[in-house]
Amino acid sequence: MIDTPTALPTPAAKVPLFRRLLAHPTGAASLLVLFLVALASVLAPLLASHDPNTADLQSVLAKAGSEHLLGADSAGRDVFSRLLFAGQFSLAGALVALAVAVLLGVTGGLVAGYYGGWFDSVSSWLTGLLMALPGMVVLLAARAVLGPSMWLSMMIFGILLSPAFFRLVYASVTAVHNELYVDAARVSGLSDVRIIGRHILTVVRAPVIIQSAMVLGIAIAIQAGLEFLGLGDMNIPTWGSMLNEGFINLYKSPTLVLWPALVIGAVCVALTLLANAMRDELERSRGPAKRRKRASSAAADEAEATAKRGDAAVIHPEETTGSAGGILLEVIGLGVGYDQADGSTSHVVNHVNLRVRRGEVHGLVGESGSGKTQTAFSILRLLPQGGRVTGGSIIFDDEDLAQLSEKEMTKVRGKRIAYIPQEPMSNLDAAFTIGSQLMEPMRVCLGISKAEARERALALLAKVGIPNPERTFNAYPHEISGGMAQRVLIAGAVSCQPDLLIADEPTTALDVTVQAEVLNLLRELQDELQMGVILVTHNFGVVADLCDSVTVMQTGRVVETGPVRAIFNNAGHPYTRQLLDAILEDTAPRGALKNSPLNTGTPNTLSGVTL
Amino acid sequence: MNDTLLDVRDVVVEYPLKGFRKEPFKALKGVSLDIRPGETVGLVGESGSGKTTLGRAVLGLAPVTGGSIKYRGQEISQATRAQRRELSHEIQVVFQDPYTSLNPSMTIEQILVEPLTVRKVERQAANRRVAELLDQVRLPQDAAQRLPREFSGGQRQRVAIARALALDPKLIVCDEPVSALDLSTQARVMDLFIEIQERTGVAYLFVSHDLAVVRHLSHRVAVMYHGEIVEWGDGDQVTGSPEHPYTQRLFMAAPIPDPDRQARHRADRLRLLDLQHQQDLQAGVA
Repeated sequence: MIDTPTALPTPAAKVPLFRRLLAHPTGAASLLVLFLVALASVLAPLLASHDPNTADLQSVLAKAGSEHLLGADSAGRDVFSRLLFAGQFSLAGALVALAVAVLLGVTGGLVAGYYGGWFDSVSSWLTGLLMALPGMVVLLAARAVLGPSMWLSMMIFGILLSPAFFRLVYASVTAVHNELYVDAARVSGLSDVRIIGRHILTVVRAPVIIQSAMVLGIAIAIQAGLEFLGLGDMNIPTWGSMLNEGFINLYKSPTLVLWPALVIGAVCVALTLLANAMRDELERSRGPAKRRKRASSAAADEAEATAKRGDAAVIHPEETTGSAGGILLEVIGLGVGYDQADGSTSHVVNHVNLRVRRGEVHGLVGESGSGKTQTAFSILRLLPQGGRVTGGSIIFDDEDLAQLSEKEMTKVRGKRIAYIPQEPMSNLDAAFTIGSQLMEPMRVCLGISKAEARERALALLAKVGIPNPERTFNAYPHEISGGMAQRVLIAGAVSCQPDLLIADEPTTALDVTVQAEVLNLLRELQDELQMGVILVTHNFGVVADLCDSVTVMQTGRVVETGPVRAIFNNAGHPYTRQLLDAILEDTAPRGALKNSPLNTGTPNTLSGVTL
Repeated sequence: MNDTLLDVRDVVVEYPLKGFRKEPFKALKGVSLDIRPGETVGLVGESGSGKTTLGRAVLGLAPVTGGSIKYRGQEISQATRAQRRELSHEIQVVFQDPYTSLNPSMTIEQILVEPLTVRKVERQAANRRVAELLDQVRLPQDAAQRLPREFSGGQRQRVAIARALALDPKLIVCDEPVSALDLSTQARVMDLFIEIQERTGVAYLFVSHDLAVVRHLSHRVAVMYHGEIVEWGDGDQVTGSPEHPYTQRLFMAAPIPDPDRQARHRADRLRLLDLQHQQDLQAGVA
């Protein structure tokens, strides 16, 4: 049994963001700075030795000392006390800007992204307008009209900042809006408010938190800038107005400018670093960590499975028919592993032997996680980041590919070993025409002129059954269908007349009627060019259609190998038999619906739950 | 017995295209079929044939611009949100992709409880129901507190089936529910579908591009092509001796997992294509 749903991995530990930030070095440091600044501002009435606005002519520009901890300014006001009280106003002002920006941006983005329609058009247009406005100029104009109120200017600045949130939320919502789980919630009859709260807000929460820290930093800096220009409210102490004051008296008392500058700098740096730390932590929870875990658990499963089974691969004798030639590729004891963060290696392919003769189509069959694609990619040396061949040899035409340098491998790839991918569309570059993508490899591999390459490319397109080669040659990938794209890729793969073709699920993404045509094409080309082909697939129909011999893989190992008829008619390994038993093609149709007593209206009740 | 659960008549679905006064795209061009209680109707076709759109139209997720969809005699093609909510314990859905049909940030329990909360089921009863559902789809009880990403594709699809069953519906629209699964997992999930149907008498509208899957599960089969149903009838008849040229082409294109029979099948397919080509030519001349 493969899918016995009993063995589940241990649940991933859910550590709250705050705790994770404390473990993050820069995150913890910036949190500490912000916490101290906020605490000092809140406790200003207790900590301050003087009233921040009381002018004392006795201590004009006083030096730092016991009376004035950090000295006094040109009006004799205590700098330390002003710094503490200014914190209250500066932080509160920035928070006002943030609150306005979040309120407008997030709600606008949610509504526009979720419902679309006219609100979407209007708000997107407004966002564009707001982003085009120069912030400083608007704030200056607002001050001229509305007077020097810090609160008002921060609110206006919040409006100016709202596009940052709008665009972020809008993008997240439109991305998640068509997810199937949102559809499922709709079918369940959930109201829009509930769907937004449950499924959509959770998605936008993380980016909004990160963005908030950034925006708060910007608001503090802009506010300080406004006050520094002397455009602020002179009645309340802020870091910006202190900066202004210090700048005026720069020659008389240079330290006056230092303290507010230090605080503003520290807070802005801390907010930016905090945003980065949050990004690290919030985005690390998904992605690579998960993949690593799966790989290692697969390896563990596999070790366990082989220990339990202890059985070896079933090897059927080769058929000695005339069609197949000498050995083209011999893979012996191949191992593929992925380097882990902790220095260990997780093995996904173990001791794989594979022999492909000239002119033979060799099927590599298995379910997901069997290592069939890993094996094929290691022959091409195109393993994903972190993957490498950990052992064994890949003898291709008397040369061990595992020993070649990257440069030597480049000469083999494409020219002597070609590749057909599973997803035709994602393997064509949308920015170039089909023709240029076909010509380029030929010019490199075969060293022919542009005119000659063009001629050959057109001939190839005709050969793979494309009705109007000239038109397809000049087309961009988005202008052709998936089946056509696969034909183009096949044309590209055989363009340099390779000895070995590796096809990774070449028809899985295609409709059955297109699949039949592509299979026919592959058969014809293989007949004509006498290539060896490794066909990676999970579909036994495709195997039966095309393959001469088959290797069955399970959890990174070969379990059975032999001529195609031996595998279908005389499978020796229990796993192969299990796979063959799962085939539905030969099962009987279900037949018409019989009169069943169940159909006579069961009451709509669940056990103990009346709906 | 002969009462109809779902009656789809001449349904048209159109999607407006961008651009001034552009003709809308017709995804369905007048489609009719019916489903009886406890029956599986297979809907087979290639990409772009409209089979998924028909499923979504039944669920109220696609804009129906013509024709009618009646559930037990009640017109539902233009149902409001409130009417849909009433229908949610009658019609449910299992989607294709078990990776995007479950919210990655919700535990299995939260996912299964969600449809129950809409119906204001009490907390305790809801918990009992979750345990029951996990049992029905053969998942262990400790699955409730886990996140979807901790499960394999087949297990996730079981969760999606459990969610669909939560309100004890009479009809489940299954949109390619086994296409993303491995062969042996697929077989087991299909067995689960049949078992649940035999036990609860739920009806399925089973959308798939895989002919073998549809034949295995369906009492009746509809073949779709370019937004229309080109053939519709009993499963053995449609999958055994199809009449429409497209259905014939479709069934001949699927390879048979046996080298010798596939070789004959391949030759038959080429003969059929040749024959149809000849007929087309003659029709063109005449």
